[in-house]
This record gives sequence, structure tokens and C-alpha cells, in this order.
Amino acid sequence: MDPMRRFPLPPCPSDPQPRTPTLRDAEAEKHCLKMSNTVVVLWLPPGQSGLGKSTMVNTLFKSKMWKSTVQGLGTPTPQTLKLQSVTHVIEEKGVKLKLTVTDTPGFGDQINNDKCWDPILGYISEQYERYLQEEILITRQRHIPDTRVHCCIYFVPPTGHCLRPLDIEFLQRLCRTVNVVPVIARADSLTIEERETFRRRIQHNLRTHCIEVYPQKCFDEDINDRILNSKIRDRIPFAVVGADREHLVNGRCVLGRKTKWGIIEVENLAHCEFPLLRDLLIRSHLQDLKDITHNVHYENYRVCRLNESHLLPRGPGWVNLAQTPAGPLAAPQPSKVHQQAQEDSEDGDEY
Amino acid sequence: HQRKWVETAGAATASRAMDKEYVGFAALPNQLHRKSVKKGFDFTLMVAGESGLGKSTLINSLFLTNLYEDRQLPEASARLTQTLTIERRGVEIEEGGIKVKLTLVDTPGFGDSVDCSDCWLPVVRFIEEQFEQYLRDESGLNRKNIQDSRVHCCLYFISPFGRGLRPLDVAFLRAVHEKVNIIPVIGKADALMPKETQALKQKIREQLKEEEINIYQFPDCDSDEDEDFKRQDAEMKESIPFAVVGSCEVVRDGGTRPVRGRRYSWGTVEVENPHHCDFLNLRRMLVQTHLQDLKEVTHDLLYEGYRARCLQSLARPGARDRASRSKLSRQSATEIPLPMLPLAETEKLIREKDEELRRMQEMLEKMQAQMQQSQTQGEQSEAL
Repeated sequence: MDPMRRFPLPPCPSDPQPRTPTLRDAEAEKHCLKMSNTVVVLWLPPGQSGLGKSTMVNTLFKSKMWKSTVQGLGTPTPQTLKLQSVTHVIEEKGVKLKLTVTDTPGFGDQINNDKCWDPILGYISEQYERYLQEEILITRQRHIPDTRVHCCIYFVPPTGHCLRPLDIEFLQRLCRTVNVVPVIARADSLTIEERETFRRRIQHNLRTHCIEVYPQKCFDEDINDRILNSKIRDRIPFAVVGADREHLVNGRCVLGRKTKWGIIEVENLAHCEFPLLRDLLIRSHLQDLKDITHNVHYENYRVCRLNESHLLPRGPGWVNLAQTPAGPLAAPQPSKVHQQAQEDSEDGDEY
Repeated sequence: HQRKWVETAGAATASRAMDKEYVGFAALPNQLHRKSVKKGFDFTLMVAGESGLGKSTLINSLFLTNLYEDRQLPEASARLTQTLTIERRGVEIEEGGIKVKLTLVDTPGFGDSVDCSDCWLPVVRFIEEQFEQYLRDESGLNRKNIQDSRVHCCLYFISPFGRGLRPLDVAFLRAVHEKVNIIPVIGKADALMPKETQALKQKIREQLKEEEINIYQFPDCDSDEDEDFKRQDAEMKESIPFAVVGSCEVVRDGGTRPVRGRRYSWGTVEVENPHHCDFLNLRRMLVQTHLQDLKEVTHDLLYEGYRARCLQSLARPGARDRASRSKLSRQSATEIPLPMLPLAETEKLIREKDEELRRMQEMLEKMQAQMQQSQTQGEQSEAL
């Protein structure tokens, strides 16, 4: 995934005050791509609290990938009660990344968890709606602030058996609106063999219930993509462990969990697959995540909304949308689009 | 000769203590022991909790059997429509000549569905059915071979990944705490660091107190027990809820002797190491020291409570008349024989009992008449 392949994105609106460009800036722009991307990563509740979501946020920011340390992550995380976003601007070799991670409270703790996915789907739709509203303005901003969710990480509890009914319901709905990467949370309670068995079972469940997780097979562009993504698809869901404390192991300072029988190192591939997750999200597939969100999920949402408002654009830059209906939207139906297009083109002929 | 001597030991007088310095009922415990061993022990254990918490593995580790050999884990699609079922498995275990008939009651499907409202009702009904069966047997005429299928203990598994008891846990425990001995257990405890384990145990204890859930209380040590035992006992009580790890695999850790445990790439958890988990405490408590107490509490406290509630709620007006008719009746007016049986059988049994009472009454009258006769005869002979 070569970032240079994509056209440069406009700078993020929350950059510091624009100052008069100096020669050094111009040179910097020449040599590297100044990417100020906003990646909104929504950490999804697996239906239960205590699966290490908030710790994972800290692990992601504390991991040795970043040269600079991120402040304010030393305090222990209390129970998350509402959607909370943490944003950090991270820079590496002149490339800036603005990463926003949204933590969600543990839904699915109640006795009756029917429709507990509604707040999450509502939040995602809200972000799409916000973008859409900006996009349809007559005089719109040059760069629309992008708060859309580019990736959703779903935490599956390490039961060792298979996906639970709640997980299946959640995932079926989520996959239609956002890129979903499932992970096996708190994987330090499973041995390597148990992890493999669990992983195979989950993959089988996902296939049986037609849940397409990221990277989706249908969006592989060429043979290279397919090879690369197949390797990733084979390892999904990643078995991750999160930790925000550091310990001394063999003279090195590592992030890990210290138990009476050993120290679980988060960044050690022999212990857990957190490095794979982090690399997928940030090192290799970050731009792809954004593209698919913009070209596929957002477009689906847009088509749905336009259909609902029963009006299609009559001319360049003219759209009138009805009020947002309450609640999450149904899955996009492409056949409806064709029908509507045909009807409208007939209408158009009358004028 | 030995047996006869011991039977009349209570009536032994000084004249019999010729060349023996002691009476001999110090051998009573041996008799009890022999009889118990011959009879065998039976124990019914229920395990409850959501799936994936290591229940089956723990049971297999506790009793060193493979009770779940032929288990088929249901597929995810099957789970979508699964309701709670109650499964009973029996196994006979023998160790050192002592036979135990262990019945395991499992509750697959608990807490699995999206909507778990009232999913504990089948469990409550099952426990009450066992009590009902026992009540029926106890009130029956032939009480020689009563099969005790009452649930003596319920191991409730709490998830180590949560932050204490979840609403479903609280609802289940409140529904069953007056009907069965509950021992809370934290499953898959190797997912927790030592500080996390302590914090979770503390949180669970607080929640149990807050929600007024009565778990099984260990009886206090006798004051004449030795210090070691008292210390062990205190340690055991401190570690409730037990944080356990189960495993049936034997691993060889380097040069040390083989132990049962779970091998990870960062170390090996030893199931029987008291520093790693509370498995030993649980096993000691459940099997070695408190098995009999669990049965007694079930019988004396929980079953009696159920029986009293049941009989009081089923008081019928007709029974009072019958009771007042019988002079020999020492029972209270609300006491009814066999309230649960179908009506025809009940009536028949009541009639039979009435017959019995009438016969006894006649016999008593006869005896009274005889006594009076002998008294008057005696007076007559005295007068003469």
C-alpha cells in the first residue's frame, strides 16, 4: 500500500495556525508527503466490559512504534461509561498522522441485550451524516472535516468455543456499514493450540453467516493485493493482549503483563499478535481503510439517504435532503438505486 | 458376641465390668465408618455459568475423570436458538476403598443468548423438583431406599474478564441462594495478574454482601483443632471466591517433575500450585473437608426450609378434622400427609393411616382395660 499512489489530501483543519510558508516548508513538501490523516478507529464492545479495550488504546499509543511518547496515559483506566475519543498527532520521518481512537463502554452487560448495537450503529451513521451534510452544501469547505469511522475493532471474548449469538448479531450489522477487524481479546488465557482452534472456528462461523470482515475479498484490486490480503485473512482474528505497564525482561524494558509464571510481552510475536494488528492498522493498510470507507461504505450510506429523500440531484451542486430518519439505516439495496434512477430518468424526460 | 456386647453397652452396669477397664463404645466410630463405606457416598454437584469459562475442564481436573468425553460443542448457528437445558451425568469414583457416586448437573446454554431474561428459571425448577421428589419419598410408606437426588452444592462460575458480578450473575444467584449451597468460583483465573485477582475477589465479595446473597458459609473451626489446621481454614475462607485454573494435561517443565498445568510460551501455569491458583483450596474444601457438611446443610437447612414452605402453603381444611379425631395424634393441625401426590392415592393412604390409628387406639383401650383389671385384682388381693 504505497501512500504515494494516492493523491495528496488537503491538510487537516485542526492544524496549527497557518503561517507564511518558508523555504524549508516548501522543501519538506517536495520531499515527502505531508499526510495529516484523521483515522477514526472505533473500538467496539464485544458485548461485555473488561475485555481490555481501553488498555488496548494505551497499548497502541505506548507501543515502541512511535518515537515520541504520548502523555497522559499513565493513569489506570476506569470503567468507560460513554463514548470517549482520544486523539494524538504522531509524526514519523516527516509524516504526520492524526489518530483518533474512540473507546466505547461495554455494551451487552445486561440480561436482555436485544438492540444493544443501536447506539454504536447510530454513532457511525451520525458521522456519515455529518460528512454528507458538509458535502451537499452549496458553498462547502475546501476540506471537509472527516470524523467518519475508518475501522472498527471488534473484541471477541476468549471462550475457546465459537462466536456467541450476540457477536453474530453485532457483526452482521456492523459489517454492512464499516470496516470491521475482529480480534480475540485477552488472549493470554488461551494456549497456542487453543488459539488456532478458536481462530478456525471463528473463521468458519464468519463464513457461515456471510460476515465480511476487513480485508474484504471483493475489494482486492489485483493479484498482489489478493496474495497479501489472503495472508492477513488467514490470521484474522488476531489474538491480542493489551498492557500499559512496562517491565524489565532480559535488560529490555517491555510492555507486558506480569504473572507468577512469566511475563507476557505484548510486542513479542511468540506471545501474542498485537504487532500484526498494529501493523495492519497503521503501517500497511491505513490508507486502504480510509479508501474503502470513503468509496464504499460512505457511498452506500449516501445512496440510501438520497433514496430516502426521494430526490436525486437535478443539476450540479443542487441537492435537497429530507431530515435524517431516527435509528440506524437498513442495508443498502443496489437494485432500488437502479429502479429509482430509471424512474427519475423517465421523469426527467418529461420536462 | 462382640456385637451383642456393644449393643447393650448403654445398659452395662458395674457388675459386667469384670476384667475390662473400659466399656467399649470407643469402637462406635469404626462401626459408623464400616457402615458408611459399605453404603457408599453420593454427592450431587451442579455447575453453572456462561459457556467458555472452563467449567468442564475444572470438573475433570477436580475428580480426575473425563466426564465430558462424548461432548459435542454446539455450532454457533445452533446456539442462536438454543435454550437452557439441564444435563445430568453420573460417575462412580473409587479411591482407597471409598466409593463415591458423583452426579454432575450441567446447565449448557446458560447466558448464551442475546436475551437471557428468566433463563435461570429451569435451574430453579430443577432444584425444587429434586426437593419435591425427596419430600414425596420421605412421606411415603416404604422409606428403605430413598435416592437422594437433591443438589448438594452449586459451583457458580464468574468470568475473570468482567468487573465483578454482572446483572445476570446477580439474578441467578438471588434466585437460587435459598435453595442450594453456592460456592462462587472465578474461572480461567490464569488470565489475571495477582493484583487483578485480589481486586476482583474483593469486588465480588462486596457485591455479594450488597445484594444480600447467601453463599455457603464454612463452619468455624473447633477450638481444639491444631494451629496448622486453623491457619489452613482461615486461608481457605480468605480466598473465596476461588480463582481456579483447570487442566487435565500433564506438562513437564524443564527438569522438574511432571505437573498438571497449562503451557504457554511465557511460562507454565501449575494447577496444583497454591501460588498460581486456588484449585487446591477448592478441592480440599469440596472433597476432603466439607463434603459431608454440604450434604448436612442441604438436608437440615435448605431442604427443611423448602419443606416448611411447601407444607404451609398447601394446608387443607379437611386435614384439621382428621387430626382432632385421633387422640394419638401429636402432630400440628397444619401437618398433612403427602400433599403432593395425586388425589386418589392420597385419599387411599389417608384411609390406610386412619385404619392404623384406629387399630392402635383399640389396642391402647385394651391395654388400659387390662391395667385396670390387674389393678382391681391387686386391690382385691390386698384387701384379702
